[in-house]
Amino acid sequence: MNAVLKIVLQRLGLGLITLFVVSVIIFVAILMLPGGFAEAILGQAATPETVAAFNKEIGLDQPAIVRYAYWIAGVFQGDFGTSYASRVGYRREVADILAPRAFNTLFLAGMTALIAVPLSVGLGLLAALYRNTWFDRGINMISLVSISFPEFFIAYIAIVLLASPAFLNILPSLAKVDDDASLGERIYRCALPAITMTLVIVAHMMRMTRAAIINVLASPYVEMARLKGAKPWQIIVRHALPNAWAPIVTVIALNLAYLIVGVVVVEFVFTYPGMGKMMVDAVTSRDVPVVQACALVFAATYILLNLIADVLGIVTNPRLLHPK
Amino acid sequence: MNDNARPSGAAGSGRTKGDVLLEIRDLKIEGESDEVWRPIIKGVDLTLKRGEVLGLIGESGAGKSTMGLAAMGYARAGCRISGGGVVFDGIDLLAASIEERRRLRGTRIAYVAQSAAASFNPAHQLMDQTIETEMRQGKRSRTEAEKDAIELYRRLRLPNPQEIGFRYPHQVSGGQLQRAMTAMAMTCRPDLIIFDEPTTALDVTTQVEVLAAIRDIVEQFHTAAIYITHDLAVVAQMADRIKVLRYGQSVEEAPTREMLASPREEYTKSLWSVRKLGKQEQAAGEAVLQVKNVTAAYGNAVRVLADVTVTVPRGRTVAVVGESGSGKSTLARVITGLLPPSAGEIVFNGKVLPPALKDRDAETLRRIQMIYQMPDTALNPRQTVYEVIGRPIEFYRGLTGAKKEARITELMNLIEMDDSYVDRFPGELSGGQKQRICIARALAAEPELIICDEVTSALDQIVQEGILQLLMRLQRELNVSYLFITHDIATVRAISDEIVVMYQGRVVQQGPKTQVLSPPHPPYTELLLSSVPEMDPDWLTNLLARRKVQPAAMKAGDR
Amino acid sequence: MTATHEAASVTAKAAPSISQRRRRSKLGNAWRGFVKAPTSAKFGMLIIALYVIAAIFAPIIAPHGQAEVIGPGYQPWSWQYFMGTDQLGRDLFSRLIYGARNTVGVAFLTTMLSFALGGSLGLLAAIAKGWTDQILSRIVDALMAIPVLIFALLLLSIFGTSVIKMVLVMAVLDSTRVFRLTRAVSQSIVVMDYVEAARLRGEKLPWIMRREILPNIMAPLVAEFGLRFCFVFLTISALSFLGLGLQPPTADWGSMVYENKMLITVGRLTPLLPAGAIALLTVGVNFVVDWFLHKTSGLKE
Repeated sequence: MNAVLKIVLQRLGLGLITLFVVSVIIFVAILMLPGGFAEAILGQAATPETVAAFNKEIGLDQPAIVRYAYWIAGVFQGDFGTSYASRVGYRREVADILAPRAFNTLFLAGMTALIAVPLSVGLGLLAALYRNTWFDRGINMISLVSISFPEFFIAYIAIVLLASPAFLNILPSLAKVDDDASLGERIYRCALPAITMTLVIVAHMMRMTRAAIINVLASPYVEMARLKGAKPWQIIVRHALPNAWAPIVTVIALNLAYLIVGVVVVEFVFTYPGMGKMMVDAVTSRDVPVVQACALVFAATYILLNLIADVLGIVTNPRLLHPK
Repeated sequence: MNDNARPSGAAGSGRTKGDVLLEIRDLKIEGESDEVWRPIIKGVDLTLKRGEVLGLIGESGAGKSTMGLAAMGYARAGCRISGGGVVFDGIDLLAASIEERRRLRGTRIAYVAQSAAASFNPAHQLMDQTIETEMRQGKRSRTEAEKDAIELYRRLRLPNPQEIGFRYPHQVSGGQLQRAMTAMAMTCRPDLIIFDEPTTALDVTTQVEVLAAIRDIVEQFHTAAIYITHDLAVVAQMADRIKVLRYGQSVEEAPTREMLASPREEYTKSLWSVRKLGKQEQAAGEAVLQVKNVTAAYGNAVRVLADVTVTVPRGRTVAVVGESGSGKSTLARVITGLLPPSAGEIVFNGKVLPPALKDRDAETLRRIQMIYQMPDTALNPRQTVYEVIGRPIEFYRGLTGAKKEARITELMNLIEMDDSYVDRFPGELSGGQKQRICIARALAAEPELIICDEVTSALDQIVQEGILQLLMRLQRELNVSYLFITHDIATVRAISDEIVVMYQGRVVQQGPKTQVLSPPHPPYTELLLSSVPEMDPDWLTNLLARRKVQPAAMKAGDR
Repeated sequence: MTATHEAASVTAKAAPSISQRRRRSKLGNAWRGFVKAPTSAKFGMLIIALYVIAAIFAPIIAPHGQAEVIGPGYQPWSWQYFMGTDQLGRDLFSRLIYGARNTVGVAFLTTMLSFALGGSLGLLAAIAKGWTDQILSRIVDALMAIPVLIFALLLLSIFGTSVIKMVLVMAVLDSTRVFRLTRAVSQSIVVMDYVEAARLRGEKLPWIMRREILPNIMAPLVAEFGLRFCFVFLTISALSFLGLGLQPPTADWGSMVYENKMLITVGRLTPLLPAGAIALLTVGVNFVVDWFLHKTSGLKE
């Protein structure tokens, strides 16, 4: 067990280092702000005084390391700075805007995962078991096509089919969710975005699951199990699955990470008040603190999911669990 | 009908040989490639009596494994049984339902695979896998089954039989896994076991133990077996009868002693042709290469070579023998400069060579050439023969155009191939032809020393002999020296003038061939030489009897 | 038998001299490969060909200019306005044709840059090993820890949106994936005995890279080029759709979807046309890549 613990700890340490490096990268991005940025942001209100005040506020008068230290210390206390966009009116802290949005995104991603993970693992398993049948070929072709579709294409097809006068008109095409909406209301409003995201990731996940299982089924020990007279379900349960967990878990984690990217476009299409939409809006208005905060949260989630995949892969590997 | 009633013990107490257990008639099997079905087995008959061991021998691609699996009514993915019949103890396996065939497997017909390391499931302990079939049958309690498995481990002379079952496959060595797999096959006391090259991946000294264990247990339980291998000497120890396969057809079949004494077919004779080659040992002259007190290690890890000294005389062949891990391939890397030694020096033509490859000049590099074990990875699949052989000519000699082409033709003649082959890619050549091209590439540099790293071990017997003959002829004509690395004693006998025996990074013995090969030997040489199977069917029996008297010799190879 | 067993069959052939060697017709091989390709791959190749033609001959094929206003906005499909007009009254069909040039062209350029950068560095890392490899790999690891779209959004918010900036940002971000693959594939080739043989011969690094390694990694790299192109193409389209990519009045499929998205809710399919144009090309490329991967991996066996 100790060896596994050591490897897991090493992996966790590596994850922390990656997080640190990523935070530096995201921070350094600010340093590359072109000159005249303050003028561009302040627009009409740009006078020498306001520009100087703005530069002072974003800390341009201090060395980068000090600014990074302040920023990262703030992040640890849940303080992501102040939104530029709120400068003119009343001041709003990035964290205050971010929290409800992050919850919305998590809700949508969670809903998608609940549908997509069992569906794609099941389909992948079936496609692997009935390899080279019409079922397998059909599902392969469909998934290949759906991988090729941009997210917004799938989203608009879904709208045309389910939320427009052209065909069925049963779901809302805009997913405007209030903070105090009931669960039922939320699910109803999130239905189309969730369906879209499911379609986007099921294809990937299913193909990867299929490949992982076929790989295991082709191994000599599975042939040996057949030659020992094991029943088909025994081969799957006893011989294939214990060795397929690691790759399947990796596939799931990777695709949940992929959701992060999908969420940006899908939230934008359905004007869903999540972090993705928030980030796009912030990029348009060049509200750098908000963009940074979103990027950091997205990247951290992404790193975390990859980390979980790796750790699960380690603890399900018999070679590492039972060292020589 | 189940065999649990059978006395599990004393040899020979089972039914007498006589009634037919397995009958294969006119079996045809096809394999698919590029959506075309091509025949693999072209109508082979096979009869096996109870308690009889049949050796199935042939080269790669002969269809041995396919035949063995067909005896279980099984065809691999991409293969199909297209004709003939397989009758096991009155049951027509090809007509039987999937369910019926499945019930026979593991219980009445068992299988022992070539690579035990890959065929044991890494996720389960050996014991769970050993008794899996028994537990499925539900005729015995788990404790009873485990007790029986431990007894089988003991009979197969596995070290620590009480405990070894509770280890995972990767915690156990290859030779032990192979025996554990035999125990797994034995648990239900099957009527028939298929052994598919069970010792091919093992070192010779380990092979002896596995062979002895398998033979004993098959005898004790009076189990019939089909023993598949490409090594005639191995099968001679194991089988009552031998059947030779080639290109999916039966070549000949005879009782073991008869087959060894008087094979009818030319092809069968060719199977031990390498053993009949014998080079007249020649006295050593001036040294072309001297490896002096070389010590080497990879990174900061364990030393792989310790104080190794080897001399190669001009125009002679020095064979370096040893098992995996003996450091013989590392020696080649040190000589070529790929792995600079941490101590000692390489002297070539009387001059000390720079230790690292990058410090040697082209002229030095030209004089030392190398031929590899796997011609598949030694030839760039994207270069034609013309490019492969032409490059060193151009690189070292600066020849181009007609002169280069003339030289290529000359080299092709030298390796006994037609120069119409120059346009081919390696993928369009056979294994033996590829190795010939590698030889031509080495010769193109007009070297004084060629390092041959296991150059014949990936090839079939008959092709091996051709390559060895070619190398010997080239030596006579060009006076080139060979440093010949191999684990195969038959090859050593065939071509060497001098022998260097290596064990765990050290030189155990070296000297002229006749001297090293004749007793008395140092203990390791003794173990190594005595472990090489011979064509005599009594060889294993005699060896084991001898070793019982002098058990000390076993020590070095105990793993 | 014995040594001549193989050689005999060899010499049996009539021997033309080397200088008369028959060079294989590469064109002929390509044609045979095409004929044997499955329908899906042929379909994919046809699509790619159509897009290439549209991109090259856009001014000839398109009835109107890409920024030319020809009538009122949001006109439905009709004889007069073949595929209707967009929000400003520009001809949608013409803009679709020009989109092939702009969107596909930009994605192609980006992928080329990404391969030039990632491919050469990956090859270098695989051959040089040691520190070079370590440093390059760690940098790439760090960059890959952030999802591409998120990273692109971050960088675009800093640098502002313009085609050149987007191309550069995407090329750099995507080159990390190319680096990974090139490095991995090259590493599996570098350990081959034939590379060692070349080193023992005394060949220099550039020769080994060009003659021994590159020909052997071309197949996976070509397949990867198709996949990376799809990825870049989809990401750039997504950025344009989000209003952060190609800027108006350039005709670009992603922006066209965004500009006309209002029509969807009233049940008109116009926005699906540019989106479909994007989807169709990626489907086509994926079909071809799928077949190519299948074919090249089959050849290895």
